[in-house]
Amino acid sequence: MAAGQSQALPPGFSLRETRADGSQEYFLNMGPQHPSTHGVLKLVVRLDGETVVEVVPHLGFIHRAIEKMGENETFVQYIHLTDRMDYLSSHINNLCVCMAIEKAMGIGVPERGEYIRVMVSELQRIQSHLLWWGAFGMDLGAVSAFLYGFKEREKITALFEELCGARLTMNFFRPGGSNADVPENFIARIEDVLEDLKFSLDEFDVLIGKNPIIRERTLGVGALSRERALSYGCSGPVGRASGIEFDVRKHDPYSVYDRFRFDVPVGKSGDCFDRYMVRMREMRESIRILEQAMAGFPEGQYRSKEKPNYKVPAGSYYAHVETARGLYATYMVSDNSFKPYRIKSRSPNLSNLAALNEMSRGGKIADLVAILSTLDLIIPDIDR
Amino acid sequence: MTEKPSLRRFMGDAANLFKGMNVTFRYLRNPKRVVTREYPENRDTLKFPERFRGQVVMPHDANGDHTCTACTLCEKACPNGSISILTTKNIAGKRVLGAFVYRLSSCTLCNLCIEACPFDAIHMGPGFEMAAYSREPLDLILNKKEGR
Amino acid sequence: MTAMQEYAVNHPVGDLVRRLLPGPWAAVANGAIAVAVIAGLVTVSAIFLIWLERKVCAHFQARLGPTRVGPMGLLQPVADAIKLLMKENLRPRGVDGLAYFLAPLLPITGSFLVLAVMPFDHDLQVVDLEAGVVYVVAVSGLGILGILIGGWGSNNKYSLLGSMRSGAQLFSYELSMVLCMLLIVMASGSASLREIVLAQQGTVADWWIFKLPVAGFLAFALFMISSTAELNRGPLDLSEAESELTGGFHTEYAGISFSMFFLAEFVNMFASAGLGATFFLGGFLAPRFGIGPLDAVLGFVPGVIWFFLKAYVLIFLYMWFRWTFPRLRIDHLLSLEWKFLLPVSMANLLLAATLVTFKLIIP
Repeated sequence: MAAGQSQALPPGFSLRETRADGSQEYFLNMGPQHPSTHGVLKLVVRLDGETVVEVVPHLGFIHRAIEKMGENETFVQYIHLTDRMDYLSSHINNLCVCMAIEKAMGIGVPERGEYIRVMVSELQRIQSHLLWWGAFGMDLGAVSAFLYGFKEREKITALFEELCGARLTMNFFRPGGSNADVPENFIARIEDVLEDLKFSLDEFDVLIGKNPIIRERTLGVGALSRERALSYGCSGPVGRASGIEFDVRKHDPYSVYDRFRFDVPVGKSGDCFDRYMVRMREMRESIRILEQAMAGFPEGQYRSKEKPNYKVPAGSYYAHVETARGLYATYMVSDNSFKPYRIKSRSPNLSNLAALNEMSRGGKIADLVAILSTLDLIIPDIDR
Repeated sequence: MTEKPSLRRFMGDAANLFKGMNVTFRYLRNPKRVVTREYPENRDTLKFPERFRGQVVMPHDANGDHTCTACTLCEKACPNGSISILTTKNIAGKRVLGAFVYRLSSCTLCNLCIEACPFDAIHMGPGFEMAAYSREPLDLILNKKEGR
Repeated sequence: MTAMQEYAVNHPVGDLVRRLLPGPWAAVANGAIAVAVIAGLVTVSAIFLIWLERKVCAHFQARLGPTRVGPMGLLQPVADAIKLLMKENLRPRGVDGLAYFLAPLLPITGSFLVLAVMPFDHDLQVVDLEAGVVYVVAVSGLGILGILIGGWGSNNKYSLLGSMRSGAQLFSYELSMVLCMLLIVMASGSASLREIVLAQQGTVADWWIFKLPVAGFLAFALFMISSTAELNRGPLDLSEAESELTGGFHTEYAGISFSMFFLAEFVNMFASAGLGATFFLGGFLAPRFGIGPLDAVLGFVPGVIWFFLKAYVLIFLYMWFRWTFPRLRIDHLLSLEWKFLLPVSMANLLLAATLVTFKLIIP
């Protein structure tokens, strides 16, 4: 009996406990088809009534072997695959691969190209956080927030559509710059979008940030201490909410981020509300960066030298960037050919997901949903 | 870590609830903020950005000629083998384009082929209604006639 | 002129039936007519409410809502209904058949029964029970029963969680709701819904929401909150909790069984808004402001229209809540009831009792 029972348990689980009063813990499969796991994440939750005892995430539903595919594609071709990892930070992922190639080949980027990179990255960050804001509202039951978030995001997506012709899978950056210059009126259009956005952010604060129900549901929920966050390798807003003051843009400035003044918002207790506030403040910081970049946007070339292929000298190369979700890194090993010998992506979401069990233990199912939402997971980025 | 209950906090919370209701009410009151675009009806007035990546097209001039020389750079640039250049020989025995086979079904619209083309023979077109019941309609031959 | 003379209970249809048929037969015929009319009214009203909900929700969210089926999408709910009826009435493996198929019928029965005592107009009421309020509280409990049975019979953990939540939620919110009703019963000196309405005759200031200083408005606010919980509507829709429990008690339901739950939700909303209008906003009475000509014009509009107008104002409030606020957590919800709403409504009842006893009512 015992053997049969243990086989029926999901892998990675201890046997369920029956208490003296005869009550039992039970398992609940959340996902892969569940409204708030945002994609195909499966969580096996051990519950005591409505209290979460243990959460084990099951991955691999959307594994596409992107890294293995990368070994059969040239360095430039690999860029477009990174679109499909964290699809809400595709520009920034592209940038990371480009930076690794630039490091390997010693390619410089012209001033204008760097500014384009910074502006597009920050727009992408805002766009991603806007979608997160909407999804966060929806996960907590405020469905209208979802559409408000999308409505604002749409303006930035339309900008991207004019910039590179795509709305999600951008494939815009290339080693040495980008594949095209910005279209006409691009700066003016960003200004318009930011104007609307500032108004909307204030509205968002009223609707969600100051709402007592949200505060009740997020304050003190899913707290993650600084030490634990560090040991799980959390980065991005999740890590910063726990008090890890680390932002690649600030502490290892790439592109021309060292020229702009901006703050890195840091939380104290690492609960859901801190994660919420960090992201909201990050959007405002991104607006600050964008305004500075627009003011100093230089004329000139946008790309140093166009080349369809790069024969990368043997060796290993590493580059990292700050995506909307945290530290994204590309590590590639070349054997002096046009294709990488091995290419590896470090995605922020996997490490952030690792902290889920610790954060949600002892909370209610509703807390689990709130925590999952503030982790802002993109499942294709975890599975790759 | 919940906040301490107090009358002041209660009043603040109530005020914030009403402010939130005001936000949603402003949307209800103001029909100009509606962002819905009614799709099949507005098909004729849809505007695509110049760089919109819908599908690969091969522009032909007034005589029905294209500028493709069958150099296969696009075929090499394509990350997932969506392009096959089938060549043929013209009367002079020169290798020219026979058929530009483009498989829309496997294309990721990454724009690399367009960047690779040195003759500006292919472009990204604005198509977007590409659903089909089988794969065959998605295997396209882009050139209208063989190269010269 | 006394109330009974101004608002006599004799509807022309009822009188005609009574004249044509002998005594007991007339009662049966009148009952049948009333049931048919209520059923028709409720169905049409629910269908209209579904449309309204979708439109209002859409405009809250900067969308357009249904526009395709019929003018302004008015026939959309009809299309939905046809779709739901044509779908297979699924019976998942392992369900308790009796419980599973019985459950959807209970909530809708409950809301129909509530409407039987609803005074739509002074002469438009199926029965005027002396203990109308007690009856309303009793039959509205059927809805809870349906949800509990449905969640249990579905053999699904999400459904079970949802129904257990709703059990805890609905039973506790029933308390503060009943206390609010009790307040009105006390103030108007009768438990008959018709009498309660007639006790609010006069100007707008005589409606219970305004007539009892502070207590009236507080009771109205408490009634709105607790009835939102009773209706299982956002932000208190914990038993459905789409983002947590995927659908709660009706996760496993499809086709006509689901549509029964769905319909019951809207009929319930209408019934609850009707009760709110009856208790606090003077029911079918036309609003009077003490200005002769204006009052005459307003009084010319039939009472049934006023009733529906008032009910729809409250329904709009429910929708406004739902599409603005995030969902509460189950323990917050219960502590809100037991630690806040219940003591407040008890204190409010005391306050109202004092006001009524010492005749501190606004004249």
